[in-house]
Amino acid sequence: MKKTFKLLDLDCAHCAQKMEDGIRKLDGVQKVTVNFLSQKLTLEADDDRFDEIAAQAAKLCKKIEPDCQLVL
Amino acid sequence: MTRKQKKTLARILVSAVLLAAAWASPLEGIWRLAAFLVPYLIIGWDVLWKAIRNILHGQVFDENFLMALATVGALVLGDYPEATGVMLFYQVGELFQSYAVGRSRRSIAALMDIRPDYANIRRDGQLVQVDPEEVAVGDTIVVQPGEKIPLDGVVLSGESTLDTAALTGESMPRQALPGSEVISGCVNLSGLLEVQVTKEFGQSTVSKILDLVENATAKKAKAENFITRFARWYTPAVVIAAAALALIPSLVVGGWQIWLERALIFLVISCPCALVISVPLSFFGGIGGASRCGILVKGGNYLEALTRSDIVVFDKTGTLTKGVFAVSDIRPQPGFSKDQLLETAALAESYSNHPISQSLRAAWQGQIDTARVGQVQEIAGQGLLATVDGGRVAAGNARLMEGMGLSPAACDQPGTVVHLALEGQYMGYILISDQVKPDAADAIAALKQQGVRKTVMLTGDNQATGEAVAAQLGLDEVHTQLLPADKVERVEQLLGQCKAGRHLVFVGDGVNDAPVLSRADIGIAMGAMGSDAAIEAADIVLMDDSPAKIGTALSIARKTMRIVHQNIVFALGVKGLFLLMGAFGAANMWEAVFADVGVAVIAILNATRALNISEFQPKKNTK
Repeated sequence: MKKTFKLLDLDCAHCAQKMEDGIRKLDGVQKVTVNFLSQKLTLEADDDRFDEIAAQAAKLCKKIEPDCQLVL
Repeated sequence: MTRKQKKTLARILVSAVLLAAAWASPLEGIWRLAAFLVPYLIIGWDVLWKAIRNILHGQVFDENFLMALATVGALVLGDYPEATGVMLFYQVGELFQSYAVGRSRRSIAALMDIRPDYANIRRDGQLVQVDPEEVAVGDTIVVQPGEKIPLDGVVLSGESTLDTAALTGESMPRQALPGSEVISGCVNLSGLLEVQVTKEFGQSTVSKILDLVENATAKKAKAENFITRFARWYTPAVVIAAAALALIPSLVVGGWQIWLERALIFLVISCPCALVISVPLSFFGGIGGASRCGILVKGGNYLEALTRSDIVVFDKTGTLTKGVFAVSDIRPQPGFSKDQLLETAALAESYSNHPISQSLRAAWQGQIDTARVGQVQEIAGQGLLATVDGGRVAAGNARLMEGMGLSPAACDQPGTVVHLALEGQYMGYILISDQVKPDAADAIAALKQQGVRKTVMLTGDNQATGEAVAAQLGLDEVHTQLLPADKVERVEQLLGQCKAGRHLVFVGDGVNDAPVLSRADIGIAMGAMGSDAAIEAADIVLMDDSPAKIGTALSIARKTMRIVHQNIVFALGVKGLFLLMGAFGAANMWEAVFADVGVAVIAILNATRALNISEFQPKKNTK
């Protein structure tokens, strides 16, 4: 399944890169892109665990950049 | 400004006032520290907090860490105003940076403002506005004057003109009549249209274009990858250099306070933000600007590659020529006029639907009165015999004329020739050929000017036709009588001729040259409005079919790359300079903050120039 999420207050391009690298390493993630300019995260992951993986990704974003929020 | 930005602004103002008060106060010792700590914490608590958090999470070496280390170091050294002031400056810079990025995000969004907000559907005799995503294929939507067409479809009723500028960059409006296909994203200018939807929203042209442009940043150019790799090494390297600067000279010559201060300056300069933000922003601006001109670029890497075009290969039909047949020459025999010849031909062929007959009628432009045309008899492979205004007319090829005992004039130009005879007397001939696009020759000259070494044309036409067109357009090389498979082979040969590090560009209409488009370094498909296959196969898509857009694409690519290089050189140069000055004690903490934040802001402002495409757009008709 592929889904696009909005990232609120993503102000740091360096962090966007870190988020992308971090989420890519999560178990079950097939493909992920963090677009700093359109403030969007596109996640492609296993269907049956998608929500769980998305929640993990949101947590990871928060960890890297506390100001930034992934809208699930 | 967002809420977060407003909050930061308030903190900046409060802490600036308190800093000034602390500076002016006569306090001494611990009280002086306390007076400065208040504004310092107001402005810097989140930086300190993030630095601690990130260290706990194993993320050392980010900008928060660097700023925290530098300012805490300054506090330890007793430089209270510097510590507070640097933190204040840093936050001002961050705020400005976030504001500038937000602005360019918005201007790109405005540029891409082709997404329709609603569709009108008639329900129980009333117009209802619905989300375009809810409209199904086969539904009928109503588009009022001034509204955007929300989904691709076919006009059922109504007549209007459409503004396609948002998609093609072309200011000339298009006509929409019942039966014509309309594309989402165009603006309906004059009349009410009822449109039957042929594609759901996700498949409509607007969605495809937005998707393509938004995802274009995923394909990174070499310059972008360089920056990412660079940033990974740069920060740790500077931190290590700072540590060395603090330790080694103090051990050798002593005076550790001076060296520690210089090391802190190093840390302040070390953030790679200017580069990390401004380079992708420049590419995004260039891609956004190009799409406004009707040029869709699928990635920053293609913009970069375009500036190194070496050979440009064109398909002929539909790319350099219109791909439709039209009358290009009329040669009457003495005693007949051009109009007479054309009129006779148009009337004689009035019953036929053949492309040749259509182009004859189109050239004549008069109203066909079928009453003037009598019996028509077709002669397969030769032409036809007809009665026009009571006279017996023969229209067809040279064989038809020869069969009637006439000697038709020879024609040495490429194309299809229609000879005419009236009452057994030879009237002359009309030449019908595929016409070269009016801007094709200029487009090729422009490419040469932009440093393209060789231009080549590939065509399935015979040698005479192909060479005539090539000579007319000023192409360097032409390969004729090619089957589609041969084209791939020829392109591969030409790829071998490209200079090292330079690229081959193939330009086609995207209809049956998908294999060639993907084989070339850069595949450009033109006239792609509404053609999915072309959008899929090509790397760069021209929404209209004007060859001049290739030159425009090249100019935009060049401008974008120039901005990218300016930013890289400027940011690295200024930082390098300040690092040197810092090491030798010639730069203070304030200057260091400028070197970090000031450079970032200037680089972002420079990057937004890539969005400005007014110099590439055709001048609007003043009419």
